[in-house]
Amino acid sequence: MSELIRVENLHKSFGTLEVLKGIDLHVNSGETLVLLGSSGSGKSTLLRCINFMETLTSGRILLNGDAIGSETRGKITYKESDLCKLRTRIGMVFQHFNLFPHMTVLQNVMEGQLTVLGRDKAEAAEKSMIQLTRVGLADKAAEFPSRLSGGQKQRVAIARALAMDPDVMLFDEVTSALDPELVGEVLKTMRQLAEEGMTMICVTHELGFAYHVANRVLFLNEGTIHEEGDPQSVLRNPQTKRMKEFLEGHALFKLPE
Amino acid sequence: MDHNWDFATIFTNWRVYWVGLQATLLMFGVTVTLGMLGGLLIGILRYIKHPAAAWPARAFVEVFRNTPVLVQIIWFYYAFPILTGVETSPFLAAVLGISLNTMAFSAEIYRAGIQSIDKGQWEAGKAIGMSFTQTLRRIILPVALKRVLPALTNRGIEVFKMSTLASIVAYNETLSQAKLIAELNYNPIESYTAVAIIFFVVLYPVVQGTYALERVLNRSDR
Repeated sequence: MSELIRVENLHKSFGTLEVLKGIDLHVNSGETLVLLGSSGSGKSTLLRCINFMETLTSGRILLNGDAIGSETRGKITYKESDLCKLRTRIGMVFQHFNLFPHMTVLQNVMEGQLTVLGRDKAEAAEKSMIQLTRVGLADKAAEFPSRLSGGQKQRVAIARALAMDPDVMLFDEVTSALDPELVGEVLKTMRQLAEEGMTMICVTHELGFAYHVANRVLFLNEGTIHEEGDPQSVLRNPQTKRMKEFLEGHALFKLPE
Repeated sequence: MDHNWDFATIFTNWRVYWVGLQATLLMFGVTVTLGMLGGLLIGILRYIKHPAAAWPARAFVEVFRNTPVLVQIIWFYYAFPILTGVETSPFLAAVLGISLNTMAFSAEIYRAGIQSIDKGQWEAGKAIGMSFTQTLRRIILPVALKRVLPALTNRGIEVFKMSTLASIVAYNETLSQAKLIAELNYNPIESYTAVAIIFFVVLYPVVQGTYALERVLNRSDR
């Protein structure tokens, strides 16, 4: 398995608040990585640094072995046009879907292909229908987002990101804004993607998803990676006190086995 | 108090009003176009947080929003030529005054519209690799403009009626022409009432048209 993404000594501060305090991680091609952690642990910020939705305070990120940005005398600078190109290779799905309300489902999925990749309309439409079929929403292509359920909206958002043919997909708490009964359809779509070999980094609170789908789980606490390993061992036998507390919090009101 | 309404002289002089209405429509067309397009540009500059762009834009808005249009027209007609040596016709003076004022007001409308868009929309555009300009043009503005259309309509109506201010520099728009009729025929009541009626008759259908436009644009919300 080749290494797709490497994060080296990543620090991120907002003003005087240091959110990430030196993160090192790598993701191999085809791997699904799940980031766990309580709110404020820095997991969403970490995800948003990977596609430069946030600027890094220090550290660097490599995609396919190439460092992003140009380094002169120890200082890394990033050109906005390079970052735009980079973001086409890193798909992102958000907690609140962020579909474009004035466009139909099909137009939503076509938009990036037309304006950014410069594909012609026929090709973009064809690729969009492939992705909409993949997420099970080909029949909704002509609808406006306001007519869809939360789960359907999120699957359209996934199709929109996939249509750019990204190397890796980032999922930022994508089921947190959904009604409980709609969570399943989105997780199912994500699981299917993982099984098809998509490289994925997921911030989620769905421990079941982490357990069944992730190749590796990282537990973030106060801006550092606190515990890391395969899901079976990390989620069943946590080694640190903080991780144990986190899991107990999640299991408080579980149905009896 | 009895007044015997007599519109006969108005009808016999309809050509004078017709000339005025054409001048009014020309004034409106030029000022609403300059005002709304210029306002969009300034509104975007106001939105961008870059100090080199935002500060001059803000100064412009404050100057032209907080001074009376009538004074601006008079100033452009009488003071501007003396200060710069460039002659201004009544038309140009009125166009400058009304356009600049409209730019200032509509800039604030556009800025409010852009600011009202959820920041997730910017992020969604950014995440698929769109640049700032692409996101603004393709994602943010279409929704923002739709949202501020009622406010812009309001401004447009105002611009149409502001054209009468050009009468202060004797530009031959509808009100100036009515004044002419009133002085010739000693019938100010009828001649100015005719102006009010003309404005209403022209504006009302246009405003109904913008309501229809709003309904068409709102189809994606249903």
